[in-house]
Amino acid sequence: MAFLEFRNISKGYPGVQALSGISFSVEKGAVHGLMGENGAGKSTLIRILSGDQSADTGSILIDDGEQNYRSVRDAFHAGVIVIHQELQLVPELSVAENLWLGRFPGKAGVIDGRTLVETVRTKLEEIGIDIDPTAKVSSLSLGTRQMVEIAKAVMLEARVIALDEPTSSLSSRESEILFSLIERLKAKGTVILYVSHRLDEIFRLCDSLTVLRDGKLAAHHPKIAGTTREQIIAEMVGREISNIWGWRERPLGDMRLEVKNLSGPKLRNPVSFSVRRGEILGFFGLIGAGRSEMARLLYGADHRHQGSVSIDGVAVSANNPKAAITAGMVLCPEDRKFDGIIQGRSIEENIAISSRRHFSPFGILNPKKEASVAEQFIARLRVRTPSRRQDVINLSGGNQQKVILGRWLSEQGIKVLVIDEPTRGIDVGAKSEIYEILYGLAADGLAIIVILSELPEVMGISDRIMVMCQGRIAAEVARTDFDERRILAAALPDRNAAGTI
Amino acid sequence: MNSLKKILLGEQGLLVIFAGAFVVVSIFVPNFLTERNMLGLLQSVVTIGIVSCTMMFCLASRDFDLSVGSTVAFSGMIAVMVSNASGSIPFGLLAALLCGGAVGLVNGVVIAKLRINALITTLATMQIVRGFALIASDGRAVGINDPSFYQLALSRIFTIPTPIWIMILLFIVFGFILNRTVFGKNTLAIGGNPEASRLAGVNVDRMRIWIFTLQGMVCAVAGILLASRITSGQPNAATGLELSVISACVLGGVSLAGGRAAMTGVIVGVLIMGIAENVMNLLNIQAFYQYVVRGFILLIAVLLDNLRSSAAGRGRA
Repeated sequence: MAFLEFRNISKGYPGVQALSGISFSVEKGAVHGLMGENGAGKSTLIRILSGDQSADTGSILIDDGEQNYRSVRDAFHAGVIVIHQELQLVPELSVAENLWLGRFPGKAGVIDGRTLVETVRTKLEEIGIDIDPTAKVSSLSLGTRQMVEIAKAVMLEARVIALDEPTSSLSSRESEILFSLIERLKAKGTVILYVSHRLDEIFRLCDSLTVLRDGKLAAHHPKIAGTTREQIIAEMVGREISNIWGWRERPLGDMRLEVKNLSGPKLRNPVSFSVRRGEILGFFGLIGAGRSEMARLLYGADHRHQGSVSIDGVAVSANNPKAAITAGMVLCPEDRKFDGIIQGRSIEENIAISSRRHFSPFGILNPKKEASVAEQFIARLRVRTPSRRQDVINLSGGNQQKVILGRWLSEQGIKVLVIDEPTRGIDVGAKSEIYEILYGLAADGLAIIVILSELPEVMGISDRIMVMCQGRIAAEVARTDFDERRILAAALPDRNAAGTI
Repeated sequence: MNSLKKILLGEQGLLVIFAGAFVVVSIFVPNFLTERNMLGLLQSVVTIGIVSCTMMFCLASRDFDLSVGSTVAFSGMIAVMVSNASGSIPFGLLAALLCGGAVGLVNGVVIAKLRINALITTLATMQIVRGFALIASDGRAVGINDPSFYQLALSRIFTIPTPIWIMILLFIVFGFILNRTVFGKNTLAIGGNPEASRLAGVNVDRMRIWIFTLQGMVCAVAGILLASRITSGQPNAATGLELSVISACVLGGVSLAGGRAAMTGVIVGVLIMGIAENVMNLLNIQAFYQYVVRGFILLIAVLLDNLRSSAAGRGRA
């Protein structure tokens, strides 16, 4: 029988209908997957469930009781807890203190320390999490912190727990521990709403699945058994994606970018490499291998200790992003939110920020031209937005990525594109759109450096791969020699150095 | 209720409040809506109005400038003393502009290149520059030798005093710079996200130095007009000006977190400050109470800013 039910939920924001008429239900003790591209409405639905926002129409029923909570606190009391990607723990307090935060046990403001720790210890044992309740949260790994969040939900006697992309920052071992915890909660009858982009996790954990697309219910599978990956992807994007990489052979031209002995404060060992016209050079490595540091150094975002960078034989001066842009090199940074988009400003301004110097004589703007440039790239890159005047912060991750790409494609004479994790946090459909954009640019003669962390992806779209490990280039592999094991082996630190990471 | 809230927190909210307040005051306060009082009101906000032009840029780029009051006094003093010493008023004005610009340049370089917090830097220069003004004059007012210096403030163009024209001209110029030039857009971009702006090719350090230098020069303009109006260089002139100017900007919708500013808003903010003071004078309210009222206006301004940003923060998909 249905325990959690969404009935005809709709929610609109100025200019966007985020959700329209969503209805589905989840059985007691089920793990229910919620999938959809970015911007499909998952976050909005989760926010409504968490009490953070209220629906325009429709209602949520728990155990056949209609809920009309108006705040996150009300949702707590109704037994609904949402665990977001950004964890809500106080780092300087202990695990036990975090779990009791807001309602410490004790008398007259004096905390009963023993009850505090012991209740938490019992609870943690009960759900099978091995954490010391007196440990400071800041001393725990990200994965363990996530467990603490879930333990908190259990302490609050949550009947419904929603997890938003819980494994995005976890190692595979940590993910395993999370999965077994989810299994145990399920056995206790808790309803788990599991939001993820990762299909293998969905297939492994979930009993049932709902797919959203453009704010509407695209599909509801009361039993996940019998569905296929292809079917779900098709439901998410509304079309079949036959070859998700879409790589095809391109002719390579002359040498475009040459990097010799480049080093800086965060990249101690000098790196050298070169990229041809029309070539996509993938950089693969573990997190912390020095790839982003290399990219920032190349672009002049960080201080260069030594080395030279030249484009078409002309040296690019160090430590000055503006000079790099004038020389024809642009960077789409890894952290879109902090280094990429200008929050609070419109899409139009975010696109035109650099290229407007070409059509603003004496620094005086040309609003018509600016608008037409923005419209042109919104259309060409298929940025999904009601208007070019929309604040860029309102866009989904994929669309923000496209805006930053638009910023650089609207520049003149771009020769080298450095793009760091272009598809992180982006759904399947937008991913292939971004690949296609990269192939198109390569075909136009650009040299492209793309930094990626997922092996199938880097192998899927690169012409050549540089593997980095602990700040060094560990291997260089041509497409004909691509081999998953060999690349991964090069990315892993060797045994002697393993202790130092 | 909801639609009222929407109007008050929307883009034109401030204009609505202003228009409402203006009508109410015109009806209930005797002698308010007369040509004489209107000109007096505008005269009284000339210093705040002029300095607000560049303070708006400073705040919009996520910076802060506390040294404006001192710079106004110091450059007014320089204008008078150099004019007296050289016998040439244009020479004195030029010297004042250069000195004002120099103070701003120092602020800008220390903040942008030495990476010292703007609040601390300008708190320091505020005191240093005030000290200079006091040292240069030995703590006394310095009289003006050449009476034509008074004409800067006394002269009228089409019956309206010159300082008001200068203020209007600066409103137009800086409004244009903010909305229609790369400089203005880059200012807002820096305030929105400095690191992203730098990576997008904006020379953030140079922008900040320019903004502070302009601020210094504009302070000099205000200082010259003030000295002319009070017919002397006063080392203690314009104390507390920084707070009135920042209040006017914030009241005008300039975000202290940077990235949001509008010239029309700032103009209205300046006028609201002016009207409040003018009305209290007309109603013979003791000067002491005016501090209290000014403080409350600032609080309300910040509160509005807060409500506005949280209203703007909503609506994310």
